[in-house]
Amino acid sequence: MKYAIEAKGLVKHFGDTKALQGVDLAARPGTVLGVLGPNGAGKTTAVRILATLLKADAGAAFVNGFDVCAHPEKVRQNIGLTGQYASVDEDLSGMQNLRLIGSLLDLTTSESKARAKELLEWFDLTEAADRPAKTYSGGMRRRLDLAASLVGRPSVIFLDEPTTGLDPAKREDMWDVVRKLVVDGSTVLLTTQYLEEADALADEITVIDHGRVIAHDTPLGLKRIVGGQTLSVQPTDPSRVSETTAILRRISGAEPKVLRAGVLAVAVNDNDALTETVARLASAGIGVTELSLHLPSLDEVFFTLTGHRVGTGLGIAAAERSRPQANGENS
Amino acid sequence: MTITAEPMTLDTPVAASPAHRNRPFRLTRHSAALAKRALIKTMRTPEALIDVTIQPVIFLLLFVYVFGGAISGSQHDYLQYLLPGILGQTIAMGAVAIGTNLNSDIEKGVFDRFKSLPIGRIAPLVGSVLADVVRYALVTVMTIGFGYVLGFRIHTDPAAMVAGCLVAIAFALALSWVSVYIGMLVRTSGSAQGIMILIVLPLSFGSNVFVQANTLPGWMQAFVKVNPITHLVDTMRGLFLGGPVTSHLLWTVGWMIALVVVFAPLALRAYNRKV
Repeated sequence: MKYAIEAKGLVKHFGDTKALQGVDLAARPGTVLGVLGPNGAGKTTAVRILATLLKADAGAAFVNGFDVCAHPEKVRQNIGLTGQYASVDEDLSGMQNLRLIGSLLDLTTSESKARAKELLEWFDLTEAADRPAKTYSGGMRRRLDLAASLVGRPSVIFLDEPTTGLDPAKREDMWDVVRKLVVDGSTVLLTTQYLEEADALADEITVIDHGRVIAHDTPLGLKRIVGGQTLSVQPTDPSRVSETTAILRRISGAEPKVLRAGVLAVAVNDNDALTETVARLASAGIGVTELSLHLPSLDEVFFTLTGHRVGTGLGIAAAERSRPQANGENS
Repeated sequence: MTITAEPMTLDTPVAASPAHRNRPFRLTRHSAALAKRALIKTMRTPEALIDVTIQPVIFLLLFVYVFGGAISGSQHDYLQYLLPGILGQTIAMGAVAIGTNLNSDIEKGVFDRFKSLPIGRIAPLVGSVLADVVRYALVTVMTIGFGYVLGFRIHTDPAAMVAGCLVAIAFALALSWVSVYIGMLVRTSGSAQGIMILIVLPLSFGSNVFVQANTLPGWMQAFVKVNPITHLVDTMRGLFLGGPVTSHLLWTVGWMIALVVVFAPLALRAYNRKV
């Protein structure tokens, strides 16, 4: 078996909405496949089909070699699902939620209790174990959701936007969990709106938009296409913008653009660019209030790949990012 | 029970995890686990618990002491007449919850979690029904128990009393199919509840629960005489207090069969489409 997760030509329409128009996905065992795309791209629909929650109109999907249509029960024995939708029961405590899932997975009473304790400890929920889940914070809810999908030690795990709405520190925690799952041998399909997240976790990235795959590559390959990293600088003294522009032009060999008022940005491929910039700015005596090296945003990735912006060009992806509990896609 | 880090180099599908061993009676155990969940939720949700505990008590107190004198002349006599009626009304109201709860589980994504697990599709529904049987039994005990405190007495024998209670529970289960069907049809749990109350309220008040049918205007009597709650309550009156049972029981069973024959297939079809 070459792939732990495989989808071929998935098509799904909801009335007039074409959620998927022929999507191929593939993840080798023990790897992380990142599925990157904006709201409404079809990420959730693809995950729901792979997790047997939804039937595709056309195409085929396999998990650990089992056809999701022909053998859904076999697929369900192999998967764990965490998403904005596959939820825990808010009225039950963390412990009760995990033990319920243990019972439904045919663990004995003592096995399910032991597994629940182990997971609560791993996700730092032991103290909250007996409180109803509705009293949990957003981050705790996410951790309990994830713990619930791991009760049966699934070999294939679907994480649908696991960090949307989490603050950066909580996001890093979640990333550590995903890395540990892969070390333990699981295959993970992770959907996200952040290139940064896909880059940090995925072995391969599939970019989808409007229900179609528009790119599939390794993170390195994808970054090569979309232009590596962006260096942005904001001089403390606005009158020194032109001097800074000259420095950036010399280092990158490209023309810096104005990102926002007083902030300059330029694409760089060289890892030494940041240190060189710091050194040159220092010798010129230019103070900075912002200096950062970051991956292109989803918006920039899309612009490079498709020539159009996500949404209507108003930077919807950025708006979603700043909203604490983004709704995610409904399709 | 672990399957972590299974080497997956073979060109064949990976066998099911040993955690999912084939222990017997899987559907029964899964349904029982889900019934336990539903009962924990009932106990944790004050309004759900009030429906099955405080509500029959309040209704008994209000109707016996506010209307008892006016309707019957004697509060003690009225209590004997009213108690089977209140039991019928409360247990029919109890059937509202199942559709509302299933709808809210789907709405909140709890069902998606269940659907991703290797359990029978029907297990969550069976679990809810099992939990309902427990809730209905609780309503029955509360109503008759509090009735006894106020002075209600069974005039027949314990076997007849138990039979009366079982008819009431069976009727509520038949009515549950309507509730499940509506719960699967509408968008929100709030509207599921609203529609069911709109059905159950006229049925329980437009009946002989509170007053004898012959005190009502003719057109209303016609409705009351075919109303399933009327026949359910008359069956219980016969079994609790003595009097004719057979024809009312036949009417009640007929209604139950009609409800199940019409609404169970509709509800199951809608459920399978959603689940």
